[in-house]
Amino acid sequence: MAKITFITQSGESIAAEAKDGSLMELAKNNNVSGIEGECGGVCSCTTCHVHIEANYYSKTGAPGDIEADMLELDDHVSEYSRLGCQVQITAELDGMMVHVANE
Amino acid sequence: MSDHCIIIGASHAGVNCAFALRKEGWKGRITLVDADPELPYHRPPLSKTFLTSNDPIDKHSLKSAESYRSEAIDLLLGVQVDKLDSGEHQITLSNGERLGFNQLVLATGARPIKPNIQGLDQASYAYPLRTASDVNNIKNAVGINAKKVVIIGGGYIGLEIAASLNQLGHEITLLERENRILARVTVPEMSQYFEDLHGRHGVRIHTDKEVVAVNDHKVSCSDGSSYQADVIVIGVGITVNQELAVDAGIEVDNGILVDGACRTNLQDIYAIGDCTNHHNPHYGTNIRLESVQNASDQAKIAAANICGNPINYNSIPWFWSDQYNIKLQIVGLSDGFTDKIVRHEEADIDKFSIWYFKGPELLAVDAVNNAKAYVLGTKFIKDEIKVNKTKLLDSDVQLKPAELTSI
Ligand SMILES: Cc1cc2nc3c(=O)[nH]c(=O)nc-3n(C[C@H](O)[C@H](O)[C@H](O)COP(=O)(O)OP(=O)(O)OC[C@H]3O[C@@H](n4cnc5c(N)ncnc54)[C@H](O)[C@@H]3O)c2cc1C
Ligand code: FES
Repeated sequence: MAKITFITQSGESIAAEAKDGSLMELAKNNNVSGIEGECGGVCSCTTCHVHIEANYYSKTGAPGDIEADMLELDDHVSEYSRLGCQVQITAELDGMMVHVANE
Repeated sequence: MSDHCIIIGASHAGVNCAFALRKEGWKGRITLVDADPELPYHRPPLSKTFLTSNDPIDKHSLKSAESYRSEAIDLLLGVQVDKLDSGEHQITLSNGERLGFNQLVLATGARPIKPNIQGLDQASYAYPLRTASDVNNIKNAVGINAKKVVIIGGGYIGLEIAASLNQLGHEITLLERENRILARVTVPEMSQYFEDLHGRHGVRIHTDKEVVAVNDHKVSCSDGSSYQADVIVIGVGITVNQELAVDAGIEVDNGILVDGACRTNLQDIYAIGDCTNHHNPHYGTNIRLESVQNASDQAKIAAANICGNPINYNSIPWFWSDQYNIKLQIVGLSDGFTDKIVRHEEADIDKFSIWYFKGPELLAVDAVNNAKAYVLGTKFIKDEIKVNKTKLLDSDVQLKPAELTSI
């Protein structure tokens, strides 16, 4: 089990728990504002863009090739950017905070 | 009567609209009706990962069941809307119930075209593919042993089905009526690429094949050729679900006509998604789109306007298709292009992009396994940035904004 806290652009904080699935799925199941997951998790839309808490970034790892290209020119890109649909939840991520990049 | 917004159709457009209404501050009742009994799901995986895996359809739900409850959205699933009475502001459901509304959103999408092929109606082994239950029927029909599958229609969906069933080990023949696949939606170079791609995987694509009859597992074409089929999948396009609208006196012309706010010609009635024919301000053209992008963007526009926030639709269309290990991403509308540039990267035949121009203006980009080209194209189109075509053509020049815009 991993407990993950999403912080939305409006500052709302939503705590959610899952043992597997992706960050995008977890956010959607908890109706986190700013995570749309329009393409259903296939790296085609960037509507699941999040910023990973710095000290967890080594645990989620860096984006894959397509993911990095999709993020490269995004207005809200940061060095901790990931597409939520490409981050799989594991117990290691327990306690992580992620900031939702889009409104 | 307290405020009540009814949305007909709970798919990409309808579901997004219901949630967007709450986000925009709609305090009244929201009822979302769909004839499909499943919890609303993403459609694109139907021809892709949902077809190739054993995952249940819940894996692809648009929203969790809990989200509808927490946002107080009433879901009426497995119920068809039979009648829309615009004057009375009332709908009649297939179970006889009547519901009154203040605001109504038509998100009725489209259904597969049934081609006029002799014997097709009697062929119990022929299937369309639009819903989760269609896919389950196809999965049951093909089973686990290799089957001969004939796919009628070489559009994106037909090709995705071909790729998916090929990966499951079935023997695929795809029949296309035009002289190339994807004829209605892309240029010959792209058609050729996908024909070769499928050929490399062992899918047999035959063009100029007009199917005229199906009989006893034999698919016959007008030129006298015929193909054996254990299973037939039909993918010859869609027709808009606009009957409710027409009967209610709503104007249609290749889809339900809406303005920039997604309003129909009738007061308090909106339409969104695949069922609409709308104006795209960036391209200055009227268009009917079949895409997730359009469904979700129009959903938000309608919700905002219903809640008194007057914003207009102004999106650059985007679309994707996944086949084998290939991701095609499209941004923009290439209609009316005057010249195009095909740009290859490295020596990889599976990585290239086609850039469509109208004079100096970039209209659209088709990117194959090239998300860089896709996002760059998106930026150039949105910001109306002029591209240096000579540099674009030179694969030694990197796909970066600064490199491609300088003189
Ligand atoms: C196999 C497949 C693959 C696709 N792949 C992609 C892709 O990769 N990328 C992409 O961008 N797009 C793709 N699309 C297109 C995309 O799925 C559609 O554009 C999108 O579903 C449109 O959403 P919609 O809500 O407007 O309409 P629909 O999804 O058509 O939904 C309309 C809903 O309305 C309901 N309905 C209609 N009339 C009534 C009535 N009278 N009473 C009750 N309910 C009613 C229907 O049951 C249906 O659920 C694909 C489509 C299919 C079928
Ligand atoms: S859901 Fe589309 S990129 Fe993540």
